[in-house]
Amino acid sequence: MDSMLSQAVEDALKAGDAAEERQGMVNACKLCAPLGASLAFRGIHGGMPLLHGSQGCATYIRRYMISHFREPIDIASSNFSESAVIFGGASNLRQALSNVARAYHPSVIGVATTCLAETMGDDVQGLLKTRALDEPAAPPAVFVNTPSFKGTHAEGYVASLRAIAERFAQGGSRIPLLALMPGMVSPEDLRALKALVASFGQDAVLLPDYSETLDGGAWKEYCDLPPGGTTLERLELLGRAQEALELGATLAGRQTAGSFLKERFGVEHRVLPLPLGLKATDALVQHLSGLSGHPIPQALRDERSRLLDAYADGHKVLFGLKVAVYGEEDLACALASWLAEVGAKPVLVASGGESGRMQAALQASIPGFDGLDCRVMQGADFEAIGQAAEECGAELLAGSSKGYSVAKRLKAPLLRAGFPIHDRFGGARILHLGYGGALRLFDSLVNLVLEKKQSDSSVGYSYL
Amino acid sequence: MAARADILQGRQKSVAVAGDQPLALDCAKPSLAGSVSQRACVFCGSRVVLYPVADALHLVHGPIGCAAYTWDIRGALSSGPQLHRLSFSTDLREQDVVYGGEKKLALALDRLIPQFQPKAAFVYSTCLVGLIGDDLKRLCRQASEKHGIPVVPVESEGFRGTKKDGYKAACEALYSLIGTAEPAPLAPGIPRINILGEFNIAGEAWILQSYYRRMGVEVGAIFTGDGRIDAIQRAQGAQLNVVQCSGSMTHLAQKMKERWGIPYIRVSYFGIEDCAEALYEVARRFEAVPGILERARAVVAQEVAAVLPALEPFRKDLQGRKAALYVGGAFKAFSLIKALRMLGMRTVLAGTQTGGPEDYERLRSICDPGTIIVDDSNPKELSGFLRQTGAELFIGGVKERPLAHKLGIGFCDHNHERKEALAGFEGMVNFAREVHASVMSPVWALRQSEL
Repeated sequence: MDSMLSQAVEDALKAGDAAEERQGMVNACKLCAPLGASLAFRGIHGGMPLLHGSQGCATYIRRYMISHFREPIDIASSNFSESAVIFGGASNLRQALSNVARAYHPSVIGVATTCLAETMGDDVQGLLKTRALDEPAAPPAVFVNTPSFKGTHAEGYVASLRAIAERFAQGGSRIPLLALMPGMVSPEDLRALKALVASFGQDAVLLPDYSETLDGGAWKEYCDLPPGGTTLERLELLGRAQEALELGATLAGRQTAGSFLKERFGVEHRVLPLPLGLKATDALVQHLSGLSGHPIPQALRDERSRLLDAYADGHKVLFGLKVAVYGEEDLACALASWLAEVGAKPVLVASGGESGRMQAALQASIPGFDGLDCRVMQGADFEAIGQAAEECGAELLAGSSKGYSVAKRLKAPLLRAGFPIHDRFGGARILHLGYGGALRLFDSLVNLVLEKKQSDSSVGYSYL
Repeated sequence: MAARADILQGRQKSVAVAGDQPLALDCAKPSLAGSVSQRACVFCGSRVVLYPVADALHLVHGPIGCAAYTWDIRGALSSGPQLHRLSFSTDLREQDVVYGGEKKLALALDRLIPQFQPKAAFVYSTCLVGLIGDDLKRLCRQASEKHGIPVVPVESEGFRGTKKDGYKAACEALYSLIGTAEPAPLAPGIPRINILGEFNIAGEAWILQSYYRRMGVEVGAIFTGDGRIDAIQRAQGAQLNVVQCSGSMTHLAQKMKERWGIPYIRVSYFGIEDCAEALYEVARRFEAVPGILERARAVVAQEVAAVLPALEPFRKDLQGRKAALYVGGAFKAFSLIKALRMLGMRTVLAGTQTGGPEDYERLRSICDPGTIIVDDSNPKELSGFLRQTGAELFIGGVKERPLAHKLGIGFCDHNHERKEALAGFEGMVNFAREVHASVMSPVWALRQSEL
C-alpha cells in the first residue's frame, strides 16, 4: 500500500507559524554530534568509535549509518546503567575500553561523549590520561566532546577531526605533504579526491579517509575492523605538512583540524569550498597545481572539457529551474553554487545547522547572489523546509533522502545527494566532487526533469 | 566450541549449545560495556511499542538525535491518520541543560497540539531529561487540562534499564489510557478480542483481522498496529487479549487481567503451524459460540490449501540448508525455527536480544541438538558463529544484514523496518520467497571465482 501522508497531516505541516517563532522541531534536518564523531573515527586505520553514554546512542547511530553505507559499522558503547548515572561512568568506560581493545585490536579508540556523559561531567580526559600511564600497551585513545545538545552531526565531525589532529600530529621539518580535510563527503568522493591529488604527483594525508572502511569489497576472511583508513603513522606527519587544506565553504574561521595545525605547527592553512561544480573544482585544481608545481594533467583538462560540453547540451532543460537545496551547510552551499552555475535557480538553501555562515558563503561563491531572491534558512527542520520550498515555488529538491516526503507532497523530483540516502542503493557511491562528480550530478539532474516531463505527459514520448 | 576465544569475559555464559541438559544461560541483564551489543535502550523499547499509534503526537523530549534516528523508520502502516510517521522533538540545547527544559516542552505542546490535532500525545523522556529532572508528569497533566486531550508521559530515559524496561514504560503509558471511554456493547454471538504486540508491519494486522472477521470474531483494539487512541481507551471492553510478541506486551495484558479480569493468551502468527494454532486457540476460548471452531477450521483449511502448493518449489531448493537467526524477542525465534523447518531448513544458530531464562529453555527444547544459542550477542560473536556453523542464511534486522553480506551469506530482514508482510498464511509465502531469493541467488557462487 502506498502510504502517502494523509491530507490532515499534509495540511497541518503547511500550517506552522513562521519558522523563527516556532517551538518544537518537526522532522529534523540534522543529526546529533556523536554521529559525526563516529564517521570521523571510521576514517582512521583500525579506528574504533566508542560512545560514552547509553547503549541506544551507539545502536541508533549504527543503524542509521548502516542503512546508508550498507557496511558493517561497529560502534562500541560504555553502556550507562542507572548506577553509572549516579556514581559516574568511569568504571563503565574503563571496562568498555578494555573490552574493545580485546575484541577488536584497534589501532586507536575514538571516544566521543553523549548528552548524558556531558551533563554528568565525567572527566573522560583525565581517565584516558591515567589509563595511558597505567596501561602503556593499550591502544591509544582520542577523545572528543560531542554533547548531542550542541551543534549538529557536522559540528561533531569537525570537532572530531580536530581532536584527531591534536592527539596525533607531531612537529618536525616540513615535508612536501598536503594535509587534506575533505569534509563530510561520500567514499566515492574521497576516492576521486585522492586520484585528483595524485594526478598532480602530490602526496596527501586525508583526514579522515573512510573511502574503503565504509565502502569496501567482499571479505574473503572476517575482519574485526574493515581495511582502509589513514594510518597513525601518516596522521603523525600532519604537523609537518606544507599545507592544511580544508574543503567546506563555512569552515573558515572555525576551530578546525586545519586551524589547529596552523596554530600549533605553523602549517599553512587554506579553506576552499567543496569542489562541486566546474568553478569550485577549477579553484581546487588551480590550487593543487600551484602547490605541487605540477601542470594540470591533460586528462583532467579533457574531463573538464566534457563537463563544459555536457553543460551546453543540457542547459535549456535547467535554465531557470527553481530548486530547493537542504542538508549540511557546506554541501547545501556547494550544491546551490553548482545549480546557479548551470543556470538553475536556487530558491532555497536550508540547513539544520546554525553556524550563521551560509549567507556569506553563498555570496562569495554565487555572483549577484543578493539579487537572486534565494532564501537562506538555518536551524531549519523539514516542516519549515517544506513550507518555504512551496512558497518559493520550488520545482525540484536536492539533498538527502530525508526530503522525500516534501518532494512527494510538492510533486517535485528529488536529486539525491549527501547523507543519508536511505531509500536508494549506492549512497556511498554517489560522486559529487570534481569534474566527474559535476558531470554525473548534471546528467542526473537533467534526466530527473526529463523523466518528470515524460511521465507527466499523456503523449508517451520516447524521444526527448 | 571453536569460537570460544572470540567471546569476551563476562559473556561466555551467555552462549551455549543445545543438547539434553538445561542451558542455564546468563541472560536478562545489562549489556557488557564495550561489547557492541545489538540492543538499543529503554527509549527504543518504548518508541517501538508506541510508534504505530497513528493519531497520537509522539513528542520526544530531548536532544535531537533520539527523535531524528526514529523518524519514519518502521514499516507500521495506518489505514488513516499518519501522525506517527512524523518526528517531533523539543530539540533540547545547552541552555536547557542549565535552566531545564520544562518551558520548552510546554511551548512545544502548545504549538503542536492545536496544529496537528492529535487524539492524544505521548511525551517520551530521554537520558538528558532524566538527568535535568524536568517534571514530566506535572507538565503533561497541565497540557492535558489545557488542550483537552490525554497527554501521557512515557518514562523512557535511555539509561534506566534495557529495551525491555522500555516496553514496560510503554505498556504503562497505554494502560493509563485504557478505560477512559465506554466500549460499544458486544454484538450478540460475536466475541471481541484485543490483539496485543502486533505492529501492522506491511499491513500484517489487516491480514490477521481478516482471519478473525471470517471466524466471526470482532477485533476491538490492536496494540498498537494501525492504532487509534479511541480504540485503546475502550479496550477494556474486550473478552480476551491475544498477545503476540509477548516480551513487549505481556505486562499490559497482565495489568488488564488484574484490573478488568480480561484473560490473555500468548500466540504467534509467524508460520503456518503457529498461525493456525493461534486461530484455534482463540476459537477454543469462545467454544460456547456456535460454529466458531468450524469457522476457524474453515479459515485455516482454505488458507493452507492456497499456501502449501506455493511453498513447494521453495522447499525443494531449500531442503537441508542451514539457517542462523538473531532477533529481538524469543517468541519470534520460536516461530522462525518452526517456519524454517517447514521449508526444510535447519536452524544452526538462534539468538535474541531480550530473552529470559524460560525463553531460552524453550528455545533449547525446540532446536536441534548442536544449535548455538546466544543472548545479547554482538557482531564479533555473530560473524564467528556464522563461519563456524556454515550458515547459508541469516535472519535478523538492519544491523545484522551487512555482516551476512560481507561474509557472502544470504540475509532476510525480519525486523520492524521491513516492508514485506511475513505474518499469517500468506506471509509464509512471502517469507519463503524471500528466504529462497536470499539463499539461491547466483551472486554467492561468484565469490568463489578468482581473477
